[in-house]
Amino acid sequence: MLEVRNLHAEIAGKEILRGIDLTVNDGEIHAIMGPNGSGKSTLSAVLTGNPLYTVTEGEAVFNGQNLLEMKPEDRARAGLFLSFQYPVEIPGVSMTNFMRAAINAKREYEGREPLNAADFLKLMREKRKLVDLDSKLAHRSVNEGFSGGEKKRNEIFQMAMLEPTLSILDETDSGLDVDAMRIVADGVNKMHTAKTSAIVITHYERLLDMIKPNLVHVLYKGRIVKTSGPELAKEIEQHGYDWIKEEADARYDD
Amino acid sequence: MNSEQQYIDLYNEASGMLKRHAAEALNAVRDRAFADFKAQGFPTRKVERYKYTDIPALFAPDYGLNLNRLEIPLNPYDTFKCDVPNLSTSLYFVVNDSFYNKMLPQAGLPEGVIVDSLGHVATQKPGLIAEYYARIADTREDAVTALNTMFAQDGLFVYVPKHVKIDRAIQVINILRADVDLMVNRRVLIVMEQGAEAKFLFCDHAADNRKFLSTQVIEAYVAENASLELNCLEETHLKNTRLSNVYIEQQANSRVNHNVITLHNGVTRNRLDLVLKGEGAECHCNGCVVADKEQHVDNNTLIDHQAPHCTSNELYKYVLDDNAVGAFAGRVLVRQEAQKTISQETNQNLCATKTAHMYTQPMLEIYADDVKCAHGSTVGQLNDAAMFYMQQRGISKKEAKLLLEFAFINEVIDKMELEPLRDRLHHLVEKRFRGELDKCEGCDLCK
Amino acid sequence: MAEKEKNEFVKQVAEKKYEFGFTTDVQTDIIEKGLNEDVVRLISHKKGEPEWLLDFRLKAYEYWSHLKQPTWGHVHLPEIDYQAISYYADPLAKKPKNKEIDPELEKTFDKLGIPLEERLALSGTAVDAIMDSVSVKTTFKEKLREKGIIFCSIGEAVKEHSDLVKEYLGSVVPYRDNYFAALNSAVFSDGSFVYIPKGVRCPMELSSYFRINARNTGQFERTLIVAEDDSYVSYLEGCTAPMRDENQLHAAIVEIIVKDNAEVKYSTVQNWYPGDEQGKGGVLNLVTKRGDLRGVNSKLSWTQVETGSAITWKYPSCILRGDNAVAEFYSVAVTNHYQEADTGTKMIHMGKNTKSTIISKGISAGHSQNSYRGLVRATPHADNARNYSSCDSLLLGSNCGAHTFPYMDIHNDTAVVEHEATTSKISEDQLFYCNQRGIPTEQAVGLIVNGYAKEVLNKLPMEFAVEAQKLLSVSLEGTVG
Repeated sequence: MLEVRNLHAEIAGKEILRGIDLTVNDGEIHAIMGPNGSGKSTLSAVLTGNPLYTVTEGEAVFNGQNLLEMKPEDRARAGLFLSFQYPVEIPGVSMTNFMRAAINAKREYEGREPLNAADFLKLMREKRKLVDLDSKLAHRSVNEGFSGGEKKRNEIFQMAMLEPTLSILDETDSGLDVDAMRIVADGVNKMHTAKTSAIVITHYERLLDMIKPNLVHVLYKGRIVKTSGPELAKEIEQHGYDWIKEEADARYDD
Repeated sequence: MNSEQQYIDLYNEASGMLKRHAAEALNAVRDRAFADFKAQGFPTRKVERYKYTDIPALFAPDYGLNLNRLEIPLNPYDTFKCDVPNLSTSLYFVVNDSFYNKMLPQAGLPEGVIVDSLGHVATQKPGLIAEYYARIADTREDAVTALNTMFAQDGLFVYVPKHVKIDRAIQVINILRADVDLMVNRRVLIVMEQGAEAKFLFCDHAADNRKFLSTQVIEAYVAENASLELNCLEETHLKNTRLSNVYIEQQANSRVNHNVITLHNGVTRNRLDLVLKGEGAECHCNGCVVADKEQHVDNNTLIDHQAPHCTSNELYKYVLDDNAVGAFAGRVLVRQEAQKTISQETNQNLCATKTAHMYTQPMLEIYADDVKCAHGSTVGQLNDAAMFYMQQRGISKKEAKLLLEFAFINEVIDKMELEPLRDRLHHLVEKRFRGELDKCEGCDLCK
Repeated sequence: MAEKEKNEFVKQVAEKKYEFGFTTDVQTDIIEKGLNEDVVRLISHKKGEPEWLLDFRLKAYEYWSHLKQPTWGHVHLPEIDYQAISYYADPLAKKPKNKEIDPELEKTFDKLGIPLEERLALSGTAVDAIMDSVSVKTTFKEKLREKGIIFCSIGEAVKEHSDLVKEYLGSVVPYRDNYFAALNSAVFSDGSFVYIPKGVRCPMELSSYFRINARNTGQFERTLIVAEDDSYVSYLEGCTAPMRDENQLHAAIVEIIVKDNAEVKYSTVQNWYPGDEQGKGGVLNLVTKRGDLRGVNSKLSWTQVETGSAITWKYPSCILRGDNAVAEFYSVAVTNHYQEADTGTKMIHMGKNTKSTIISKGISAGHSQNSYRGLVRATPHADNARNYSSCDSLLLGSNCGAHTFPYMDIHNDTAVVEHEATTSKISEDQLFYCNQRGIPTEQAVGLIVNGYAKEVLNKLPMEFAVEAQKLLSVSLEGTVG
C-alpha cells in the first residue's frame, strides 16, 4: 500500500522530517505516537502534498505510484485521505456542494459517470448515520460554526463518503470526549476492510483501545525511533516518552 | 478641445428641437441644467468623487444622439426571452431611452399604480412630474447628472399610491439598440407613497455590437413606511460605457434594499446618493462585481444620515481578473442630528492577477456622538488553507478556486430579497466564473 | 450619566487651559516680514551656507511661487498671508558676553521641562533645543561623537558635514513634493541632523525640542536622519508655543533614510498652542514627514501623540522600497475646542514581502474636527505585501466630528490589505461602573481615554509615555482641581 523511504522534509528552511522509513501493507492499521513537535503532523502534511512543506530527500510510493510527484488532489483521488487535525472553515461553501465536487472529481478520475443529485443525496444520508452527524450540518458551510467534536465527526463522514484506501487520522481524537471518540472509532472500524489501511496519529493510548493497530511507531525529532506491537502504546501511557527519548538521543548524535 | 464643448455646442444648436420632442415638465429644468453643466465642465480625476474614472475621456468620442426621436425598429417581445425562471414579473422594456409602449402586458397592477413612459406622463400629469423631477438629482453638483437632465426626453415613471403593495416584481429591460455609436440619456423617476411596497429589477443589455455611452439618472422618493427594493443588473459588453446616478430619499421608517450587480460591461460608474431623511429609516445597499479583461467598474456611494435612529448597511464585493479595474468609494455621513445611527460598511475584494487593480476608499464622516459606525475593507486572495483542504478531498485547484470565489460573491447575492433573482444570479455568476458565459444566455439579444 | 452632568463635563473639557502659553523675553534678531528671493538669499547668508544649498533654496522658492495653497483635507485652512510673516528669528543673536546661552533661554527650556545642562538631563536622552529659527543647544554631542554618531543642528551639519547633507537633503521629500514642502525647502531654518554609522546602535534617545517664541514668525524646521546598514536609533520630538492671538505658521519637513537591516523609531509629542476656546490663534501645523526604507529588512516606526495646534495637516509616511521592510504608524490625535486635525499616513509598498501596520486613535471634543486620512498602496512589484490598518474614533460631546478617509490602491494579486474602523463614544456603562467605584466622571474619562490610547502610548519611550499620558489627561479632563 505505502512505502516511505528515507523521507526528509522542511518548512521555511527548518528540517522537520529527518529520514522516515515506513511500510504499510493492505489491511493494516498503524499508530504513530510521539511527543509534541516530533513531526507527526508534518508527516501527514507531506504525504498529502501540503505546499507549505518541501521534501528534500527520500521517496514515497503509494500503490505503485510516486506520491511525491502527484498533485494534492490526485493523491486524494488515488485514495489517500487525511482527517485534518484542524479542519478548515470555508465560509459560503455548503457541505453539499463541497462533497459533490469531491465525489464527482474522484469518479471522473476513475472514469465513472458523475453521481446524479438523487443518488448523491441518498449517499449523504446513508453515510451521515455512520457518524451520527446532524442533517442540518449538511446545509451549513464547510466546518463553519461546527463545534470541535462536530468538525472531527465531519472529517470521518467525508472519509466514509470518499471511501479511501489509505486514511491518515491526524489527532482525530484530540478535543473529543469518550462518547464522541467512540462514535469516531466505530465509524473508522466499520469502514475498515482487508483492502484498506489507516495511519492513526495520536497522543493517547485510549483511541488505540478502540481502533486496534497492528503496529505502533514512535516519532521523535523527525525519525521513527521505535516500532513495536500494540503493547508499546500501553507502555507509553504508563511511563511516558523519556525512556524512548534517552535511547534515541544516545543513538543519534544531534 | 474640451470634451464638454461638443455638448455645449450641441445644446446651443439643438435645444429647440430637443424641447419640441419632449414634455414641458422635462423642459422646465433643461436650461438650468445646461447652465450648471457649463459652469462645472466634466469632472476630472482631481474631483474626489470622480477620482477613479476618467469622465472627460469617456465623453470625448463622437456619439450620435437621437434627439428628434426617430423610432428604432425593434420588437423586444420577439427578441427578448431572458426571463428569470419562476420570477413572474411584470415585464417592461426601455429601448435606448424610450419606453416601449406597444403591446403593454396585462400586468394586472393594483389600481392607481402607474408604470409608464416618463415623457407620456409628463404630458398627461405635468404637476405630478414637476413635483419630483430633478429635485434630488442635483445638477449643480454632478456634471453627468446635469448633462442627463439637459438631454433627457424620456424614460420610465413609476407611481405607487398610499398603502398599495405590489407583490409581483417589476422588471425593466433596458435595451441599447443602434446602427451607429450612440449616446443615450435615460431617466427614471419612482415615487412611492406612504406605506407603498414595490420591487424592481432593471436589466441592462446591449443588442448591437456598437459603442454605447449611456447616462442614467434614477430618482426614487420613498415616503413614510414605504418599502422599495431596487435591483440593477448590468450585462452588456466591453464597448459599453454606463454612467448611472441613483438618488434615493427616504422618509421615516421606510426601507430600501438597493443592489447593483455588474457581470459584463466596458466602463461603468455607478453613483448612489441615499439620504435617510426621516427617523427610523433603514437601507441596505449591496454591490457585486465580477470583472475580467478590460472591464472597469467604479461604485461610488454616499449614505447621508440626516435623522436619528436610522440604520445603513453596505456590502460591496469584487472579484477582479485579467486587467480589470475596480473601485469602491463609499462615504457614510452622519450629521449632528442623526443620533443613534447604526452604520456598517464593508468592502471586500479579490484580485486574481498582478494586472488587476483595486482602489478602495471606505469613508466615515461623523458629527454625532451617540452612534455605532464601523467600516472594513480588505483586498486579498483566496485562503490557502481552504484551497489545500479542498484539494485533499480530491477537488482540483481550479475547481477549488471557483468554489471559493463563488462562495465569496454569494454573500452579496444572498442579501438580495427576490429569491428567483438570487437563484438566477447564482447560476449566472457560476457560469461567469467558469468562463462559459460571455454574455447573458437565454435570449436572442445575447447570443 | 445625567444629561446635566454630561453637559457640565463637556463644558469642563472645553474650558481646559494651555499651560505652555508664556513667552520668553529675549532679544531676538528678526528679519523683516515678507518673502521674496532676497529673503531666501538673506537666510542663506545669515546661516553662512554653501552655494549648492542657496541654489536648492532658490529653486524651491521659484517652484513655490507658482503654486497655490492646497485646499484639500478636512480642515479650514485660512488664507495665509505669506508676506506678513517673518522667516527668520534668532534668539541667540544678542547673547550676553561670557555666556554660552542667555539665561532667559535656559530658564524657558527649564520651565518646559527640558534641562539644557547635561547633568540635569532625563536619563539617557540627548537634546537638540530649537527656538524659532535657531538651535539653542545640543547636549551630549561629544559623547555621541565617540561612537561616530552625528547629532547636531542642521545648520551646523551643513557646515561640518556638507557632503552628507548634500547627498540626502531633499532625497526623500523633494521640494516639488507639495506646497508646504516647497515653502520649507526655500526658507527652512534649523532642525536636527542625525547620522548613525554602519553597525552602530545609538546608546541614548535623541530628541529635539521645538519652541516658537517670536511674534509673527513662522517656524520651518528641517530634520534629516540617516541610519546606515545595521544601525539603530530612537528619536523623539516635542514642541510648544506661546499663546498668541494670531495664527503661527509651522511648516516642517522630516526626512529619514533607513538602510539595510537598520531600524529607526521616530516619536512625536506635539503640543503646539491650539488656540483659545473660541478658536482664536493657535499654530498651523503643516508638516511633511517621510521615511525611505531603502534597505532590505529595514524598519521604521512612527509614533505620534498629537494634542496641540489649531490645524494639523500631517501624514508621516513610509516608502517600503527594500525587500522585507517593515513600517509602523501609531497615532493618537486629540482635538478640542475648534481644533482641526487631518492626519494619518501613507504606506507605499514597493519591495517584496513588505509589511505595514497602522493603528490610529482619534479623540474629538468641543467643536473640533478630527480626521484620519491614509493611503496604502501595493505596487505591481510588491509581492506578498501585507498591511493591517485599524482606525478608531472616540467622540466626546455632540458638537465635534470624527472622520475616516482611508485610500487603498492595490496593484498586486499577492497583496493582503485589511482596513477596519469604528466610531464610538465612551459607554455610559463604563462611566457608571467607575462612578460606582467612587471615581468622578472627569477622572473616569481620563482613565478610559488613556486606556483607549494605550496601544499607541505603549510604543513611546518610557519618559515620553509618561508625558503623553499626562498631556492626554490634561487635554480632556478639564479643570479638575
